[in-house]
Amino acid sequence: MSEIFGIPVAVILGQLTLGLVNGSFYALLSLGLAVIFGLMGVVNFAHGAFYTLGAFAALLGLQWFGINYWAALVLAPVAVGLIGLLVERLLLRHLYGLDPLYGLLFTFGLALIVEGSLHQVFGATGQSYPVPPALSGVVNLHFMFLPLYRAWVILASVLVCFSTWFVIERTRLGSTLRAATENAPLLQAFGVNVPLLKAATYGGGVALAALAGVLASPVVLVNSHMGNSLVIVVFAVVVIGGMGSIFGAIVSGLALGVVEGFTKVIYPEASNIVVFVIMALVLILRPAGLFGRE
Amino acid sequence: MSFRVLAIMAAALVMSVAGPPAARAANEQVVIGDIDDMSGVYADVLGAGGIESINMAIADFGGTVIGRKIVTLSADHQNKPDIGASKFREWADQNGLNMLLGGSNTGVNIAMAKVAAAKKVPYFAIGPGGASLTNEDCTAYSVHYVYDTTALANGTATAIVNAGGKSWFYLTADYAFGTQLQNAASKVVETHGGKNLGAVRVPLGAADFSSFLLQAQGSGAQVLGLANAGTDFSNSLKAANEFGITKTMKPAALLAFISDIHSLGLQTAQGLYLTTGWYWDLNAQTRAFAKRYFAKMNKEPTMDQAGIYSAVTTYLKAVKAAATTDSDKVMAELKKTKINDMFAQGGYIRADGAMIHEMYVMQVKSPQESKYPWDYYKLLKKMPGEEAFGPITGLCPLAPK
Repeated sequence: MSEIFGIPVAVILGQLTLGLVNGSFYALLSLGLAVIFGLMGVVNFAHGAFYTLGAFAALLGLQWFGINYWAALVLAPVAVGLIGLLVERLLLRHLYGLDPLYGLLFTFGLALIVEGSLHQVFGATGQSYPVPPALSGVVNLHFMFLPLYRAWVILASVLVCFSTWFVIERTRLGSTLRAATENAPLLQAFGVNVPLLKAATYGGGVALAALAGVLASPVVLVNSHMGNSLVIVVFAVVVIGGMGSIFGAIVSGLALGVVEGFTKVIYPEASNIVVFVIMALVLILRPAGLFGRE
Repeated sequence: MSFRVLAIMAAALVMSVAGPPAARAANEQVVIGDIDDMSGVYADVLGAGGIESINMAIADFGGTVIGRKIVTLSADHQNKPDIGASKFREWADQNGLNMLLGGSNTGVNIAMAKVAAAKKVPYFAIGPGGASLTNEDCTAYSVHYVYDTTALANGTATAIVNAGGKSWFYLTADYAFGTQLQNAASKVVETHGGKNLGAVRVPLGAADFSSFLLQAQGSGAQVLGLANAGTDFSNSLKAANEFGITKTMKPAALLAFISDIHSLGLQTAQGLYLTTGWYWDLNAQTRAFAKRYFAKMNKEPTMDQAGIYSAVTTYLKAVKAAATTDSDKVMAELKKTKINDMFAQGGYIRADGAMIHEMYVMQVKSPQESKYPWDYYKLLKKMPGEEAFGPITGLCPLAPK
């Protein structure tokens, strides 16, 4: 078999594919963070907690009400998004005029409360969510056997990311949203309900996190900790892509998944820090991020 | 202002839940501390269930010993050695701590063992696996109670090599516990004529194991040695199933708790070999304890949760026999006692601190074989304590070869 730098091509292609799967989760999560930061200026530390809530919503929906995976894919993000909407209306909006640090502390505290409560009720070990029957096979890619479900994750994530980008960058609703960040009072003077717009944005960003949680639930054990290690990586992804850049979040999410995948072959011990090393380099060389504007 | 807020938050995170009794009361009380992972990946192995077991043991003992009330302290070490060690030191200095129970995580326990030696406080390691605690890191005050990496390897690796699994590749948690477990298993595999083809070191708490598993598969080994624990173990086995790796490689759980098997489900875990220091369904005594525990926690106890009950009882019996909490006298008493209870029969604490007791090689049942809730294991072999924990190595200065 042919090799590149002493690594068989099949291995490289395999890791590339797996990297894309992980990158899909990074992209979906960093997309939500970027939307919330870009349009509201809130550093949403509760993002990982909402991802966990999404997975739990799917799990409990199945266990308590028999809601299947496909319905959960829609219902869980909607339910968690509504929670996000309430959080924004009742609590977060009071912090808008203040230093962004308050928003960060508030969402951090919220994450601790959510994860602590889930831990209290469901423990640490987690529970299995079955892979939906339609996606339970394996695809033979010749260089590896890829579980059908993982292929679906890539597809779903790319579709959702592209649609979100399209809505924000290419539609009238998107331009209204962006106008609200540029000059909210003026937009309000035109008769647009800006507070509602902000609440919807937060709810939408949170729903994206919950969607990632539902997508992840058949892959990992659903437990109270699943979000808190991920959210830190995702923050690094957003910083690398450029805070607030939608396109940057998607591209750097996918790319960093791939980079991480290769690190797992070349020097596995470094696989959990490689993203942060890249973040440090980007901050030194291009402080606004790869796709950010100064 | 904002820095103050941050500082307070940070402090609140670091400090953990413990109602410290006043130090002056130390002479009227016997203080037992428990430092464990209460909120992280190992929280279900001991955690809140461990505290329940400690309280059961104290209540069963009557709540007092040598005329003194028994009180407990507990703290969350968050899998950070510095937090575990400083909490232990604080309790020893200010709260009149008489005995410490060490929860999960070998790294944290190595740090706490050093404090035990410095403060001369009897210290029972319940949760950690690392056999270094009774070798390089041994102290005169340490007791390693439930299981260790040597016993796990002697049980599981021997059983699998003898069943024909000759070539091994390891998925190893990248810290003290994982490497000790991998080394112990590698030795056993070699001694029995098997081959070690390689290993990949995985950071603790990795989100995705599939890349590592593909590397394992690429090695062509027959056996996938999982030298990890808790959520890491469950997630790696789940992914191995999903990628069809379990069809070509036989997975070996070098450490699995019943809580892991419960969360994975028998469909995924069936056929797995594992070694345990205790199982709830072994005999009438274990079932009786499990029944009482289940009534409180609504799940069956892990070997650690049963072991911590036994450890507390053993310590209190030694205090009663020595009629003092003086550390040296209690340790001397402990090392000459036989331990006979629902956890161990004929157990004893060796000079190096290892509690030598029977271990059990188990195989996880298939969903069809399982007849009632939590009916998960079939017993393949009872390993006598000496065989499981092996001879004294001589690495611990207290126990020359």
